[in-house]
Amino acid sequence: MFDIVAFIPRMVAQSIPLMFGSTGETITQKSGNLNLGIPGVMYVGAISGVIGAFLYERACGSADAMNGALTILIPLCACLLGSLLMGLLYCVLTVTLRANQNVTGLAMTTFGVGFGNFFGGSLIKLTGADVPSIALSATSNAFRTSLPFGQSLGAFGKIFFSYGFLAYFAIIVSLAAAYVLRRTRVGLHLRAVGESPATADAAGINITKYKYFATCLGCMIAGLGGLYYVMDYANGVWSNDAFGDRGWLAIALVIFTIWRPDIGVLSSFLFGGLYILYLYIPTGMNLAVKELYKMLPYIVTIIVLIITSMRNKRENQPPASLGQSYFREER
Amino acid sequence: MQNKPKEPLIHMTRRKALPWQAAWGIRLVSILLALLLCAVITTLTTGLNPAAVYATMFSGAFGTARRTWILGKDIAILLCISLALTPAFRMRFWNLGGEGQILIGALATTACMIRLGSDFPNAVLIPVSIVCALGAGAVWALIPALCKARWNTNETLFTLMMNYVATQLVAYFVIVWEVPKGSGKIGIINQSTEAGWLPVIAGNRYLLNILCVAALTIVMYIYLNYSKQGYEISVVGESVATARYIGIKVGWTIVRTLMLSGAICGLTGFLLVAGTDHTLTTTIAGGQGFTAVMVAWLAKFNPLGMVLSSFLLVFLSRGAGEIATIYSLNQSYGDILTGIILFFIIGSEFFISYQLHFRRSGKNENAAAGSAQKDSVKAVSPQSADILPAKADGRKENPDTVPAEQGEEGAHNV
Repeated sequence: MFDIVAFIPRMVAQSIPLMFGSTGETITQKSGNLNLGIPGVMYVGAISGVIGAFLYERACGSADAMNGALTILIPLCACLLGSLLMGLLYCVLTVTLRANQNVTGLAMTTFGVGFGNFFGGSLIKLTGADVPSIALSATSNAFRTSLPFGQSLGAFGKIFFSYGFLAYFAIIVSLAAAYVLRRTRVGLHLRAVGESPATADAAGINITKYKYFATCLGCMIAGLGGLYYVMDYANGVWSNDAFGDRGWLAIALVIFTIWRPDIGVLSSFLFGGLYILYLYIPTGMNLAVKELYKMLPYIVTIIVLIITSMRNKRENQPPASLGQSYFREER
Repeated sequence: MQNKPKEPLIHMTRRKALPWQAAWGIRLVSILLALLLCAVITTLTTGLNPAAVYATMFSGAFGTARRTWILGKDIAILLCISLALTPAFRMRFWNLGGEGQILIGALATTACMIRLGSDFPNAVLIPVSIVCALGAGAVWALIPALCKARWNTNETLFTLMMNYVATQLVAYFVIVWEVPKGSGKIGIINQSTEAGWLPVIAGNRYLLNILCVAALTIVMYIYLNYSKQGYEISVVGESVATARYIGIKVGWTIVRTLMLSGAICGLTGFLLVAGTDHTLTTTIAGGQGFTAVMVAWLAKFNPLGMVLSSFLLVFLSRGAGEIATIYSLNQSYGDILTGIILFFIIGSEFFISYQLHFRRSGKNENAAAGSAQKDSVKAVSPQSADILPAKADGRKENPDTVPAEQGEEGAHNV
């Protein structure tokens, strides 16, 4: 029957990339930037981490020679750097050069997914390594290290303590983002920038600085989602297109959570559950029906989207200037 | 904050309309720069010299008659999707659901071919398939359009989600119809009878697709530029308030335009299934629903310009594919090159719409504007308008006009 103790860890593992992605995208959207490049950013984050780890593992030769801290830090920094560069690219184009955000975002997704798959597929050839596939088991083990007392606590430990550090970090980041957005001056300014940049500008808030900062930070957080996926969920094995449509689902989550990262923690779990629910619903021999169950996260998002627009409550709306570039001398 | 007002090093203003030669010159320069960067990157990864890179790309696209036909076929499909999205984009309705609408059209066509293939002759079957594909695509676009018209639901995200619903629906039917059972694939439909297949004309099976899309391009150009409905689309896109004021039914315009948009996407699905692929997979659209957004935008939503921009993108992806094949690199190489070129063109648009003024010594006219900006938005605007005459005439006259810049439909809260 339905094994809840086995289900929850898998659900959480599915939800962490979504949580990183949606938290990052929420911060970005609060500054008025609709970054449709998030799927690309997550790919770039993942592959940057993979490249970092791959080069480090090769330089060390064997797992024993690897320094514990560096094993974590190198992929982490590579991932953050890669996603930061993507964020900067998006900002230069949309904030400084006032380009169309939708087009820029889609171009970034094309580029990012291509970048990920290209280096994922060609890294071995490009570096002249003699390994059959990218399998970063040593790095992955470091990322998957869970709290030592988790195993001794039975089902409780399995549900709460069986995850790598990035999973807890995702929850902390989401809650921190929610706090900063709602309770601090910086958050207030950021929301002002997203709602009405002209007013915020008049109040002396540096629009460009806030947009750059929020978007780059958002991209870095989203990039961690990609890193978590490949290092923890996928055991350090890169396979092209395996990350799938999670990036788009993360954008869907932003709407689902009505732009609140703290709700995002729970909704990510929900979406993670919906994402793998089809594996647990008994359908007998009828495999086709499973495909229909995979629609669930998207249908739920659509329903939420419609309901929030129907109710038209002011606090549940997207940031008013979402998707629009700001040019001071324009009305 | 601005105790000592100083003139910024670079000051930018919105340009008056640039003559088209200059605008295209800027775009051309950006494409050349992008190609240069692509060549450098290719040289670094493959060790080829840049001239050989382009020779390889060129042979990948035009090397043989067969390759040239495939190039033409790919351009036709991409162009068809771009044409479908254009009416919606002109209305500033961001239809990112092309992918899903194509899939649904393809699904409808497949259903007709499988279910009715043995009962009807092609003369009946093909028109029925076309109608079904058009209808299915239109319905798929209609759902977000109705919500947009009624409740102002965010269409970018709605249409995006509809893609995945369509993908899963196709995945479901692929398993239902799979041949042989358990293979997870439909295989070539009606391979022996060729029921529902578009006829091969002049000995080439891609030619009919290309001709269809060529005709559609011209029709769409006329529709958008010389018809009443095309005019209504433009007005709604510029300003919803103006459209209401002059008596255009905004809701109906949105719904009608989106049904058109979806129907043409459905037609693309039909062309893919009945014209070239004769099978159905979840990846039959292959991300072109998104690429088409960029194709349409690059051409400034002008159907004739899209012929060029779709050519550029297809040429790149096929050329890069050739490089990837020869050097056993990953096929995604093309996406990287496409991305780089897009970034350059996107960036170049800035220099077409804005002008940069560098600081000149002795002139301090901006100081006044700088301190005035602290008051309020309303107070600033007329001020900066005096100081910068270039700005005032470039924009629309209508006082009701909501900032109809890029992105979301301007009248978010109307």
